[in-house]
Amino acid sequence: MGTESYGTSQAKGLWGWINARLPLDKMLKEHVTEYYAPKNFNYWYLFGSLSLVVLVIQLVTGIFLTMNYKPAAAEAFASVEYIMRDVEWGWLIRYLHSTGASAFFIVVYLHMFRALMYGSYRSPRELLWIFGMLIYLCLMAEAFMGYLLPWGNMSYWGAQVIVSLFGTIPVIGDSLSEWIKGDYYISDITLNRFFALHVIAIPLILVFLVVAHILALHEVGSNNPDGIEIKKNKGPDGHPVDGIPFHPYMTVKDIFGLGMFLLVFCGIVFFAPTFGGMFLEAPNFDQANPMQTPPHIAPVWYFTPFYAMLRAVPSFAGTQVWGVIVMFGAIALLFFLPWLDRSPVKSIRYKGAITKVALALFVVSFVVLAYCGMKPPSPVLLLASRVFTAVYFAFFLLMPWYSKIDSTKPVPERVTYHAH
Amino acid sequence: MPIKKLASALAAVLLVALPLVSSANEGSYPPAGNDVRNIASLQRGARNYMNYCSGCHSAKFVRYNRLAADLNIPEAELKKNLMFTSDKVADTIKTAMTAEDAKKWFGNLPPDFSLIARSRGTDYIYAFLHGFYRDPSRPTGVNNTVLKGTAMPHVLADLQGVQTAVFKAEGAEKGEFEKFELTQKGTLTPEQYDEFVRDTVNFLQYIGEPIEAKRKDLGVWVTLFLLMFTGFAYLLNKEYWKDVH
Amino acid sequence: MVFVATPFLASWKPSARAKAMGAPIEIDVSKLEPGSMLKVEWRGKPVWVVRRTPAMLKQLEAAVPFLADPASDGSVQPAYAKNEARAIKPEYLVVLGVCTHLGCSPLPKFEAADVTVSADWPGGFYCPCHGSKFDLSGRVFKGVPAPSNLAVPPYSFVSDGRILVGADSTQPA
Repeated sequence: MGTESYGTSQAKGLWGWINARLPLDKMLKEHVTEYYAPKNFNYWYLFGSLSLVVLVIQLVTGIFLTMNYKPAAAEAFASVEYIMRDVEWGWLIRYLHSTGASAFFIVVYLHMFRALMYGSYRSPRELLWIFGMLIYLCLMAEAFMGYLLPWGNMSYWGAQVIVSLFGTIPVIGDSLSEWIKGDYYISDITLNRFFALHVIAIPLILVFLVVAHILALHEVGSNNPDGIEIKKNKGPDGHPVDGIPFHPYMTVKDIFGLGMFLLVFCGIVFFAPTFGGMFLEAPNFDQANPMQTPPHIAPVWYFTPFYAMLRAVPSFAGTQVWGVIVMFGAIALLFFLPWLDRSPVKSIRYKGAITKVALALFVVSFVVLAYCGMKPPSPVLLLASRVFTAVYFAFFLLMPWYSKIDSTKPVPERVTYHAH
Repeated sequence: MPIKKLASALAAVLLVALPLVSSANEGSYPPAGNDVRNIASLQRGARNYMNYCSGCHSAKFVRYNRLAADLNIPEAELKKNLMFTSDKVADTIKTAMTAEDAKKWFGNLPPDFSLIARSRGTDYIYAFLHGFYRDPSRPTGVNNTVLKGTAMPHVLADLQGVQTAVFKAEGAEKGEFEKFELTQKGTLTPEQYDEFVRDTVNFLQYIGEPIEAKRKDLGVWVTLFLLMFTGFAYLLNKEYWKDVH
Repeated sequence: MVFVATPFLASWKPSARAKAMGAPIEIDVSKLEPGSMLKVEWRGKPVWVVRRTPAMLKQLEAAVPFLADPASDGSVQPAYAKNEARAIKPEYLVVLGVCTHLGCSPLPKFEAADVTVSADWPGGFYCPCHGSKFDLSGRVFKGVPAPSNLAVPPYSFVSDGRILVGADSTQPA
């Protein structure tokens, strides 16, 4: 081992040898031990690290599932039951993966809600927010493709309904949906390509986006419940006075959060893996049957708010494409959030009553729409879907106006922190 | 603080909405009241299944030897009393009937029962096996209140006897099912028949997910470990943060 | 960029095998006896062709009082099949033989008053799985589990006795 040091690291021995050639020490310092996070982080700030935990759970369980799963229409369903019954611990790996899918959306939705509350999408974090939204899009694609793989009857008809959405686009619709399916109906060919996308293409993009998301976060620094830029107030040591090293302070907090999360997660995996038909739907225990439609087709819960919007919009001028536009529009609007919010303050703590009511209404509309999307259509639910689709859109479209005229409270110089 | 109110409101909405959604999905049948940990009931259910169901309904994902091991059935007894279509204990449960015959006789292949309890629910099957009534207009001579016009004959008629359905004669619900009347006694009393069906349904739940009981047992230990882990993590967190001002 | 992307994007289009299996199929119906039925498979689904006799076409009218949707307002069919006979030429019925309830395959019960169905049976199709009934145009009866009429696939006549299933003037082969 050479003793001379080439890089910036002062370390000796093997660690020093490596660091002279690869800046591990520097990276650790930059992103962990000397990354200064605001000390007023509350428990809403756990969901970011939890998303990373779920990503790892999904990647690891997914790799092991591919070792026994067969992506062919004739064998897929049986291979899942083979995993569930004949492969040692296969049931656990499968339940971890199926529960992980729902858990991913739970933590990501809470993580996004946190960003909405504290204005974490505002300048200078626009790009951070956009990377986050791209992750969310990938997650939806990943979940949709993955849901076809067990080749259950709900998998089949769910995919059928979603793919036929593309068929509603005028002129190119039919060829587009044929292009996606690679056949004239959801077939072996479709299953095979969804498998490829689910296990390699989208996970690669997802991991890349997660890295970009974290790098962007560490470049601009974390927001906090007060919406104050802690970097503006640095102490004599050059570190933010309201900041605290990520390690060990945030890591111990995240480990506690991990414990809480795993209690709920494992509770579901071991005691209620189907979660009353919400995480694993009952018709999916029947093999896919192109001749037999389940009595009621509904997507898994995390898609139902958007599915409700789709059903809420009537067909118009001879096409159903409007519902599809509304559905994708609801997701697209989220991308523009950094430019829709005109409030002088970031955090909900210092915003006025109008914004608070708007955010509350937004949450209510999301939950009500999720409920409407799960149920078979009825006149009452249709009315509710229409009203709350309007509320959902109003939250975004009226934001430039209400966020500007709303009253605000003065933002303090330092973060609000009470010692434990 | 408004954030906390908002958060608790969100939690409250979710807590109210989730049971609503999940309960509504399961249909409204009275509970079957079976217990998948009752090995004696599962053994009786296995016997019922092999004698009355397996002629038409396969359980193609279920292996005889796994069944024997889980249900404490000695191999000799398994071979003698439960295995009718195979003599290899590692085989899965198949039917004696060919797919072609099935299509000819019933218009469709009788469904495989490996996962029937998971796709339909135990309460549904319990109600279905209680729902047969005399209907001369049907080719099988029976109809069913749970699955109207079912192609399945009442294979348990010897045990249950024959019942007729009484439909409401008046009012807004005219023509709706009201109650059953047992017109011809079977070899079992109604209570014995209930038990017979309960055991059978119990067995179907077991084969739907053979690991279920063990999964929950293991879950208790995992939960205890995680409680400990989280407790320590809490103390560690507190220790680190006590000096932060 | 476009040149590099093309092969990859184009590889997603239905392959030669998928095209071969999903191509429109031509059926010779000239030798089909009046009053009998022919079954073929197209894109994973059974397609029926029934050559109806004048007597059978008369039975269609007799069936109307039993029907839930005699005008085919709530069912899937090309515009040219939205009539009483649900066909281009009333003589030939072309429908998908998949029950709109739970996808079983209904049985032909063409004789009126067939006692295996009911005494007032006007003739049609009967689903053995859950007892749904359809008339000789595949129109669904009232009070049965199936929600809508049997679907009619796109089709056209190549010549008098040859039908092309899966292609018509709006959707050429």
